[in-house]
Amino acid sequence: MGLKIGSPREIYGGEARVAMTPDSAVQLQKLGYECLIETGAGKAAGFSNEAYRAAGVTVVEGAEALYSASDVIAKVRPPDTAEVNRLSAGKTLISFFYPAQNADLLEQSKSTGANVIAMDMVPRISRAQKMDALSSMANIAGYRAVIEAGNNFGRFFTGQVTAAGKVPPAKVLVIGAGVAGLAAIGTATSLGAITYAFDVRPEVAEQIESMGAQFVYLEFEAAQDGAATGGYAAPSSPEFREKQLSKFRELAPDIDIVITTALIPGRDAPKLWLADMVAAMKPGSVVIDLAAERGGNCDLTVADHKIVSENGVTVVGYTDFPSRMAAQASTLYATNIRHMMTDLTPAKDGAVVHNMEDDVIRGATVAFQGGITYPPPPPKIQAIAAAKPKEKIKELTPEEKRAKEIAAFKTQTRNQVGLLVLATALLLVVGAYAPESFMSHFIVFVLSCFIGFSVIWNVSHSLHTPLMAVTNAISGIVILGALLQVGSSNWLVVILAALSVLIATINIVGGFLVTRRMLAMFQKS
Amino acid sequence: MTIGIVSAAYIAAAVLFILSLGGLSGQESAKRAVWYGIVGMGLAVIATVFGPGVGNWFIILVMIAGGSVMGYYVAARVQMTEMPQLVAALHSFVGLAAVFIGYNAELELGTVLALKAAGGDLSTLAGFAEKLAHKDMVEIAILKVEVFLGVFIGAVTFTGSVIAFGKLAGKVDGKAKKLPGGHFLNAGAALGSIILLVMFFNGAGIWTLVLMTLLAFFIGYHLIMGIGGADMPVVVSMLNSYSGWAAAAIGFSLGNDLLIVTGALVGSSGAILSYIMCKAMNRSFVSVILGGFGGTTGPAMEIEGEQIAIDAEGVANALNDADSVIIVPGYGMAVAQAQQAVSELTRKLRAAGKTVRFAIHPVAGRLPGHMNVLLAEAKVPYDIVMEMDEINDDFPTTDVVIVIGSNDIVNPAAEEDPNSPIAGMPVLQVWKAKQVFVSKRGQGTGYSGIENPLFYKDNTRMFYGDAKKSVSELLPMIK
Repeated sequence: MGLKIGSPREIYGGEARVAMTPDSAVQLQKLGYECLIETGAGKAAGFSNEAYRAAGVTVVEGAEALYSASDVIAKVRPPDTAEVNRLSAGKTLISFFYPAQNADLLEQSKSTGANVIAMDMVPRISRAQKMDALSSMANIAGYRAVIEAGNNFGRFFTGQVTAAGKVPPAKVLVIGAGVAGLAAIGTATSLGAITYAFDVRPEVAEQIESMGAQFVYLEFEAAQDGAATGGYAAPSSPEFREKQLSKFRELAPDIDIVITTALIPGRDAPKLWLADMVAAMKPGSVVIDLAAERGGNCDLTVADHKIVSENGVTVVGYTDFPSRMAAQASTLYATNIRHMMTDLTPAKDGAVVHNMEDDVIRGATVAFQGGITYPPPPPKIQAIAAAKPKEKIKELTPEEKRAKEIAAFKTQTRNQVGLLVLATALLLVVGAYAPESFMSHFIVFVLSCFIGFSVIWNVSHSLHTPLMAVTNAISGIVILGALLQVGSSNWLVVILAALSVLIATINIVGGFLVTRRMLAMFQKS
Repeated sequence: MTIGIVSAAYIAAAVLFILSLGGLSGQESAKRAVWYGIVGMGLAVIATVFGPGVGNWFIILVMIAGGSVMGYYVAARVQMTEMPQLVAALHSFVGLAAVFIGYNAELELGTVLALKAAGGDLSTLAGFAEKLAHKDMVEIAILKVEVFLGVFIGAVTFTGSVIAFGKLAGKVDGKAKKLPGGHFLNAGAALGSIILLVMFFNGAGIWTLVLMTLLAFFIGYHLIMGIGGADMPVVVSMLNSYSGWAAAAIGFSLGNDLLIVTGALVGSSGAILSYIMCKAMNRSFVSVILGGFGGTTGPAMEIEGEQIAIDAEGVANALNDADSVIIVPGYGMAVAQAQQAVSELTRKLRAAGKTVRFAIHPVAGRLPGHMNVLLAEAKVPYDIVMEMDEINDDFPTTDVVIVIGSNDIVNPAAEEDPNSPIAGMPVLQVWKAKQVFVSKRGQGTGYSGIENPLFYKDNTRMFYGDAKKSVSELLPMIK
């Protein structure tokens, strides 16, 4: 057996998640690791000690024993001081860490000599998506936010016309279309609400619309390009902010449920839903603030509490949405951890290879062999290809449109008249020299060309192949020429004509038969 | 039969041919349209055979019977994926027949003129020769030009079609190839032909006609060799057009109005098809004919990211979760003969209540409308097969797009990279869908040799392997 991976019980108040599930333990054992769990660690998430034992996990009494027995410690919340003190050189801690906010904790971890991998520092590149715990937790938070809103909202989400009266649909506004925002949009629309969404990054409009919500469009020049910051939002200018707030003010009286998810990396959450907007909302409306942990997007938010404003608007500031769905959250988080371990164990032999050349591992490691390795250098692969600014299509005024149409009509007329004049001149030249017998054939020829042109334009695109086959068969009409010549007295002419009859016949019969075969296959569903 | 009845039959045949082409505007009316064509052709042939001035019935009977058997055999045996080759091969027949008939006209003319000069009895002449005997000098001069033109176009069509056939059948390398000298060789050959025309016109004898035929053979060969495989839809419809003009030119020299009418119909139809194809590729007709892509003005955009592979299970899961699916077939589907498997997949997905549609780019495949025919063969209902313009706006609301063996027609570089060789070509915007799976044999580039940034996008997964095998693997996993 290789190294031991252990998960302690989370000691943070109210935290119900666990970093290892029986399912993930089975996968970790396949990588060659031995799995340990502190007794009762999975209880709040619905995983009993027996379930772990059945998956081959050793259940250990007490955190102290677990820390000393494990080489790799996987947990959810950042460790507290007591937990850090249990680490030692050679051990690896994998958890959320938030190194920017927890500088002291990082310093302390470094001094123990342990390696620390922060799950919140996994770079946002395609390859690392499978271990992006922030996204998987945000997804849950977004879903749960809508459920929580529904719980506090006294009406249906979907509009209904029933025998007992008409129910208007709920209007939901989602601010910030990151992973959590998009998950909230998806959930709200699938419950039947009319959903609006806003984001400072105009390029996410497409994603918002793809989830079924309406993008709240803001007229503003020089919108920022989110791609430069790895897909996260950056602080916006005061002018932009004013514009944004006035838009929200305009929307507030109509909106039943507001879900705010706006976060800027490494900063306090921006205040976007101000007290006057809450005051403008109808009684019974709900505000769910997913940014409560970082100060909240709403003025009234009180972290970890649900409050009711003077005008009867419920403002929910819970910070533990993922933990409120502990079973789901634990499953996803444990899978993220498992994927991280897969990358750390290239040989699948239960030995950790902490490869600091690897973009993902390097990016997530904040303390390594007694040194602080945060912040990491920029990754070699850029997360998102830089988007090119889209060209704006100018709306034409009715006058401009008219002028354009007239100009187009004029050029068209000019072209047609020009062509006609040219063609007439050519015909006149031909007519001046050619004998009458030729001209009569020539008339037939020109008219046929015209008929051909006008008929073929109407042929539907899907029938182009049959069209080619039919025209091909019809062009076998050259057989007539050969037939007229085959009666000649010159033997060479007879032979050539006979050959022509033969191949033209192949062409005619083959062409028509193949067309029939093709057309017979076209059928309606 | 008198000449009047023959003319009446010709008029009927011409009308039937026009109706036949016009009937192709819809799938249902098309089934009737073919019969119009067949009846028209039957009328024309019967009227001619039993009309005045036709002899050697035994030879005619044998040849028509033989040709019918061969034509039937070929048409019944051919695979739908081999359709482009067949059409190209049949074009070459028309070209060759036109060359022979042109020669005959010249030979007969020679006989008649010799007879006239000798003061022989012109009334013994029959058929075509009789007609020639009544021509005056100006008419004979014009006849010579007509014969020359007919033979020239016929000869170009013949070798061009043979090469196109070879390329489509994979017997000739599909890459664009030119002899040293390039277009100058073609121009030289064309110039030579004009000089020969002048000599022929002034009575230099039949050798000028033969020499010109050889030059025209060369032009046909070299012209089509210089055009890459991706441009084949244009080439095939262009050759179709040529074969029509050749028939029309022969009609002039024989003084036969039905030949002129039909030739003009076919010629203009082929020309319009070529134009439609070129427009779909945003290329000028001239640049296609002259071969190769136009010069690019700068370096192509760098592509960042990686191609991520996925296995059948992953694709099947995504399909099971999806509500709306769009399948984008390309030449690769035809090569792998995957249309039956694709059809089965469509049937299963539709049975599971999902919306499945097909998006067809105008130049997908090697023949205009190639994909439609293949899908029809596999019994995919035609009302879920959409054209590019009908479906392009629906991609953003689509859950899963499966790209099967197409490359350039889904290349976002056409819209995003002004320096790309295909910049400005309208493409299917598959990358706007939530997920894109690309079934492809390997990591290589497409027929045009251009990198495809689609394969590197975040929502794209590469499903490597032979299209037929890949799709068949999916089938048992679809619930």
